[in-house]
Amino acid sequence: MARGETAGDPLNAFITLAEIPPRGPGRLSGITVAVKDNISTRGVETTCGSRILSGYVPPYDAHVVDLIRNEGALIPGKTNMDEFGMGSSTENSGFGPARNPRDPERVTGGSSGGSAAAVASGMARMALGSDTGGSIRCPAAFCGIVGLKPTYGRVSRYGLVAYANSLEQIGPMAANVSDCSLLMEVISRYDPRDSTMKDRPYLPRLNGDIKGMRIGIPAEFFGKGVDPAVTDRVRKAIGVLEGLGAVSVECAMPSMEYALAAYYVTCTSEASSNLARFDGVRYGPSPDIRKPWHEAFQEMRMQHFGPEVRRRILIGTFALSAGYYGKYYGKAQVARQHVREDYARLFRDVDLLAGPTMPTVAWKIGAKSDPLSMYLADILTVPANLAGVPAVSVPCGSVEGLPVGLQLTGRPFEDEQVMNAAFAYEQAVKA
Amino acid sequence: MVSEEEVLHIATLADIGIGTGELPPFTRDFNAILDYFAVLDRVPAGEGWKSGIANVLREDEVTPSLPREEVLALSEAEDGYIRAPRVM
Amino acid sequence: MTAIRGQAQPAAGLKASGTESDTVIIGLEVHCQLNTESKLFCGCSTDYRNDPPNTHVCPTCLGLPGSLPSMNRRAVEYALRVAKALNCQVAEEAEFARKNYFYPDLPKGFQITMYNLPLAEGGYLDIEGEEGEKRVRITRIHLEEDPGRLVHMGTPDRPRYTLVDYNRSGIPLIEIVTEPDLRSPKEARRLLNGLRTTLEYLGVFDGDREGSLRVDANISIPGSERVEVKNISSYKGVEKALTYEMTRQRNVIRRGQKVERETRHFVEARGVTTSARSKEQEHDYRYFTEPDLRPLQVRGWVEGIVLPELPAARRDRFMAQYGISPDHARTLCGELRLAEFFEEMAPCGNPPLAATWVADTLQGELNYREMEIGKVPPAHFRELLDLLQRRELTDKAAVEVLRQMLDQCVAGETVETPAQIMEKNTLGKTAGDAFTPVVREVIAECGDAVRDYRAGKGEALNFLVGQVMKRTRGRADPKELTRILKEELARGGT
Repeated sequence: MARGETAGDPLNAFITLAEIPPRGPGRLSGITVAVKDNISTRGVETTCGSRILSGYVPPYDAHVVDLIRNEGALIPGKTNMDEFGMGSSTENSGFGPARNPRDPERVTGGSSGGSAAAVASGMARMALGSDTGGSIRCPAAFCGIVGLKPTYGRVSRYGLVAYANSLEQIGPMAANVSDCSLLMEVISRYDPRDSTMKDRPYLPRLNGDIKGMRIGIPAEFFGKGVDPAVTDRVRKAIGVLEGLGAVSVECAMPSMEYALAAYYVTCTSEASSNLARFDGVRYGPSPDIRKPWHEAFQEMRMQHFGPEVRRRILIGTFALSAGYYGKYYGKAQVARQHVREDYARLFRDVDLLAGPTMPTVAWKIGAKSDPLSMYLADILTVPANLAGVPAVSVPCGSVEGLPVGLQLTGRPFEDEQVMNAAFAYEQAVKA
Repeated sequence: MVSEEEVLHIATLADIGIGTGELPPFTRDFNAILDYFAVLDRVPAGEGWKSGIANVLREDEVTPSLPREEVLALSEAEDGYIRAPRVM
Repeated sequence: MTAIRGQAQPAAGLKASGTESDTVIIGLEVHCQLNTESKLFCGCSTDYRNDPPNTHVCPTCLGLPGSLPSMNRRAVEYALRVAKALNCQVAEEAEFARKNYFYPDLPKGFQITMYNLPLAEGGYLDIEGEEGEKRVRITRIHLEEDPGRLVHMGTPDRPRYTLVDYNRSGIPLIEIVTEPDLRSPKEARRLLNGLRTTLEYLGVFDGDREGSLRVDANISIPGSERVEVKNISSYKGVEKALTYEMTRQRNVIRRGQKVERETRHFVEARGVTTSARSKEQEHDYRYFTEPDLRPLQVRGWVEGIVLPELPAARRDRFMAQYGISPDHARTLCGELRLAEFFEEMAPCGNPPLAATWVADTLQGELNYREMEIGKVPPAHFRELLDLLQRRELTDKAAVEVLRQMLDQCVAGETVETPAQIMEKNTLGKTAGDAFTPVVREVIAECGDAVRDYRAGKGEALNFLVGQVMKRTRGRADPKELTRILKEELARGGT
């Protein structure tokens, strides 16, 4: 199953190792950038970690792939991920779980776990991930690297295989803030093919100056379910920011109560529709042509989708179905608006919000067996996706040798400020 | 509580095959998740989320289509058509 | 393809026509392809009809993983033109939604359409109804993408598999939904013709293109449940399908059975509707807002739209400006190209003559040949009118010239001018005196008729004129002939 293991990839960070050459010299010349396997690469298999796309070789490049190749990046391969991004550990991959470089018995986090492992292990200097409900920040935190979920609309989704369109963004991952910032600069160039994108390219501003910056500390980010040792690390990191002249402000985000439910209703609903196209007719493994349509289609999906994918399709179908739409999907959109309003209210008073990225450190592979406990791990990352605001995870020490991530969230289109605060912290603890 | 029959019904609607052995665990997980979603009943009434951006349009200009051989190479093709199971 | 309105009570205040048992209630959902250059959500060309399958496709209209839709501005503008022409209220905010169902012609597993926020609502179109002018209310207008085209392999009894051509996938469709205001299949057809004409006048639609129109019809008669007839793809088909369905429903009721609420398919080749009662999936389309597109706020655009002259206005103008009959004006304006063709002919100096020849003669000959007016060389036709007007051709000979001309068009040959055809076939009107020998011949041969004439039987003269006409193949002017005949008969002789 784990294709990579035979090819000098003990962490199973890659689904496909393939050297995709640069197209020209540029700011990424000489730099390897691993690409998550849900980002379309012309001529190189793109599976989304799913057996249903095994053998699918796209005839086109995603916008971000165009951009990094034009800037001189070499793509060493396509990284492992939870099938279609549906997971927080990269255990749900159709090609075997990825392993955490810090402890191969533990998960990388997910769903961009392969990208994080590739960067953390030095197989690639940078990587592209995608973040629907924490899929960049979670593995960045678990593997001890930097990962940014940009403002919704700042990076083109053209070529990103959709899981939950209204929530997800492609984003940069790297070992340090500067690299992460450079990659973000490259991939944020405008693309009219994505109607949800705005022409607001990211202009790095990493000066480390955060004097007078007001940082909100929402109580809910340190609540039930958050490992006290993690809380402790993050509180210390906030102390470092205060030492640099930032002012911390205790605050509240009441919509956190239902944010996770709103997130899962929304993402499964969108997914149930997005994943309907995988019928094997136009691409991918072919259905049994002798059978009638619905039978062939069902058989195909049962055979090639993993259980978590089918579970989410079921939930999403239910949440959109006649009689339940208002109770679930409709209500989730109202909840989403409350989350947005919470952020808007907080950002009138503070410049950033700080808290842990994940409630715990990386768990052992196989430790979380029921789906709901896995979902609950996303509680701290999903609000940013619901509101479309930028959030970065930056390493802030470790608990028993396992990395902890500090999450910094900012106003829409202020990714630069978020990255600068992360940079200030990184430089302060390095010194 | 959602029954196994209901889960099966949704599976049909979703065109997702379910093996008989899978039905009990799927139903159990389904119910646990729906129980968790009940928190949405406590969401204060209000307007649904809107992006606030409108009229994102492109001009009516023709751009190149994919080379046909690349399209057909992705699938089971016959006389330039793409083959699918019968629907009649 | 979006049916969300409840049916099918006669609108309040509408008087049912005919007897109670005759009252049929019909509402239509009309889908027309808009003639943009590129598809609704991608840049693929819409000009696919003469090209092999799957040559006008890209990641977006093939539904490849990762592709995204982007909205064609012109498609929106075209739909707004239609909305304005049909007197609709354009929505303050409209949005695209996903209609989820699985079918191999639908490359994404959903169709991008509009659901609870359509582009426009509440308009009307006036048609010639069974009892005079009639206003048919338009419920709503929205935009959606066309699915691909399926070819079914095998036979209906032994289906094998399906072949798919995605060239059509993503062509912009406008869906126009009417209220159940129509009271006969003929009215349904007239509404359809009215819509076609209006859309063609607006320059947004070409009704001659194969498959550019598809209709779903809702029909019920008293005592029956509403039946939806899908898959009607021609103008004549609508009338046929509905007439068939009306009769079928009446027969079911007459037999004391119930007309079930169901969906039926029209089988054009056999002129019948068949139940779609296959164990098809129960439909729950799970509509939700398309997250890859932004909503439309285009009410403000409507003001800026300058509508061209529409059919009704043109009809009035034709009567006033050219002095032609209301019937001719209606026929001519009922088809954009016919109207335009007539206007090219009108300067011939005798518009009523041109109207007769375009609306009656030419139209008839075109229908007979299933030929489009666009293929008729206007200069040739103008020359024909000139010859008629200068009385160099009789009506009968002119028809003969026209027929030959059209046959040449159909055959794709070089089309000769009317003068050439006339000359070659000696169809030109010859001055009456040239026929004097023929007249004398007839007088000599038809002694009985001549005697009758001389005995005072006036109708004998008609017989003699007919004989001469026959022998001169209609080239002579009958009036002129009569004069010569009378002269010759008076001169004595036999």
